[in-house]
Amino acid sequence: MSKKKLATVWLDGCSGCHMSFLDMDERLIELADRVDLVYSPLVDTKEFPPDVDVTLVEGAVSSEEDLHKIQVIRGRTKLLVSLGDCAVTANVPGMRNPFPVQAVYDRAYRENVTLAPGTPDQVIPRLLPYARPVHTVVSVDIFIPGCPPSADTIYYALTEILEGRQPELSGKTRFGA
Amino acid sequence: MGERRTIVIDPVTRIEGHSKITLHLNEQGRVEDAHFHVTQFRGFEKFCEGRPFAEMPSLMARICGICPVSHLIASAKACDALLAVKIPPTAEKLRRIFGIAQVVQSHALSLFHLSSPDLLLGMDADPAQSNLFGVLEKNPTLARDGIALRKFGQQIIERLGGKRIHPAWVVPGGVSEPLSVEDRDAILATVPEAMAIASRSLAWLKETTARFSDEIQAFGNFPSLFMGLVKKDGGLTFYDGTLRIVDESGEAVAEDLDPTRYFEYLGEKVEPWSYLKSAYYIPRGLPGGAYRVGPLARLNVCSHCGTPLADKELAEFRQIQKNAVLSSFYYHQARLIEILYCVERIEQLLSDPEILSKHVRAIARPNALEGAAAAEAPRGTLFHHYKIDEQGLIRWANLIIATGQNNLAMNRSVLQVAQRYVEGERLNHGMLNRVEAVIRAYDPCLSCSTHALGQMALQVQLLSPDGAVLDELKRP
Repeated sequence: MSKKKLATVWLDGCSGCHMSFLDMDERLIELADRVDLVYSPLVDTKEFPPDVDVTLVEGAVSSEEDLHKIQVIRGRTKLLVSLGDCAVTANVPGMRNPFPVQAVYDRAYRENVTLAPGTPDQVIPRLLPYARPVHTVVSVDIFIPGCPPSADTIYYALTEILEGRQPELSGKTRFGA
Repeated sequence: MGERRTIVIDPVTRIEGHSKITLHLNEQGRVEDAHFHVTQFRGFEKFCEGRPFAEMPSLMARICGICPVSHLIASAKACDALLAVKIPPTAEKLRRIFGIAQVVQSHALSLFHLSSPDLLLGMDADPAQSNLFGVLEKNPTLARDGIALRKFGQQIIERLGGKRIHPAWVVPGGVSEPLSVEDRDAILATVPEAMAIASRSLAWLKETTARFSDEIQAFGNFPSLFMGLVKKDGGLTFYDGTLRIVDESGEAVAEDLDPTRYFEYLGEKVEPWSYLKSAYYIPRGLPGGAYRVGPLARLNVCSHCGTPLADKELAEFRQIQKNAVLSSFYYHQARLIEILYCVERIEQLLSDPEILSKHVRAIARPNALEGAAAAEAPRGTLFHHYKIDEQGLIRWANLIIATGQNNLAMNRSVLQVAQRYVEGERLNHGMLNRVEAVIRAYDPCLSCSTHALGQMALQVQLLSPDGAVLDELKRP
């Protein structure tokens, strides 16, 4: 049987879900026998490849770049998984939503600054007005809540998905877990 | 000759964050300027407004999944200042163990999971192999050691804090639960293996580093200031102490700086092309006030580590260069020496009978309207500073994160590597990977620094001033 193609992506998150993925420890080695990690912050593939079987998405959609990425990724992925509370609900990134974007920028780039205050706007992507959960922007197939979901939960969900089954997550993880 | 051009490396991979690099070439095809752009911004300093101060440690931990413990500690210390309490001695010791257990796991991630492919397989290796799984094939012991060392740190965090990532155990006034005998013994049982791995990894790294003499000369090899917390006796510390700044001669430029008064001597500048601000030492202004933090800086700043094996390694480290070790390539070695120190220190702290005391939390209401604190995160000094109202709700917050304090040095390092290796007329993978590898040496944490993370297609394009694509390289 050929290996499944797995990808992992960070949008606006803290990388905690990726760290929990790494917390599978030695099970990563076993997993490497079953999947090819074709795209991830952990590998040097720079372009999201076509025909990816499973993509785990960490983080909310918060900037113009996040939005562009997730649209490209959705088009190239068979099964898209929202991994963790930020992808599922926008969670912590969404805490900026009650504030105008400019006020959020101003605290960091005008108020708490000693030289050259001003909002950075060259080369880098602008924030969208709101940080949004992934499924409000593209369709999502599986939701795994948790902040972050534990390594055991990720391992269980991933092995079920690789076997072609829908993971039964009740009792295994929860919002804020 | 040709026209002025810009090379864009987007994204930088095998680092903890979203970023890209632009290299600006002159008419002769030589790199004239370079910028490291951090492309994500989150806004914690604003959106914490109106939240109860006691939420801060757990909320601020969500800045970063790699070093949540550092944010927990710096935040809780700032909250201790709001309570105006002295926390119980055992709580302080437990926080110390928690903090350095995280240093072990974070440093292991940086060295083994992210940078070891460059070191083991070479800077010119096939990008399809340049990852932990490629390392696993070539040198299984090294890859398994990296996984085991990271696990060692994470398991300590789990035993103390209840979970590996974003534990809620560190609270204003101390920690929420004392340490049990069972957990202490279980952690102590894992120390010998971690010590053995740290020692053999250091032997491997020193041997490997010798093969990169050319890169060492160009990987952020320049004079600068270095800053870190030190104990009263000048020793290495991650939890408290005062700040010492040394220059390239190893001489102290400033000593005994109170970290809670950071705003009197540390400034932050905005660059219009990055979400990452640049910190500098105000008395020296810019560019002279640029300083480095993190493992290399800490070892340049401290007088000693304070544990036997790490001190032996530090003595050897200091033979590399008189006064101060200047090449950022040596961040890797400094990182492993710190791992060794942390493992030794964890054993020392756990061997103190007081560590099992049940008095681990001072209970108080807020007694001050402003609190600031610093701690050494894996990547360097971390500052949290809060102001609250009479109800204990956050009115204002400022954070200075380690990676921002390396921003000026990272930009200068990218330029130095690019000028040494990148030839605009014929781009190849190895040239560009070196530009990325120097960034990896700093182990920047960009979720932290812009209070976030990701990847997109790397496409390197040579553009003419009118935007026409002259040459293009895609990886892999």
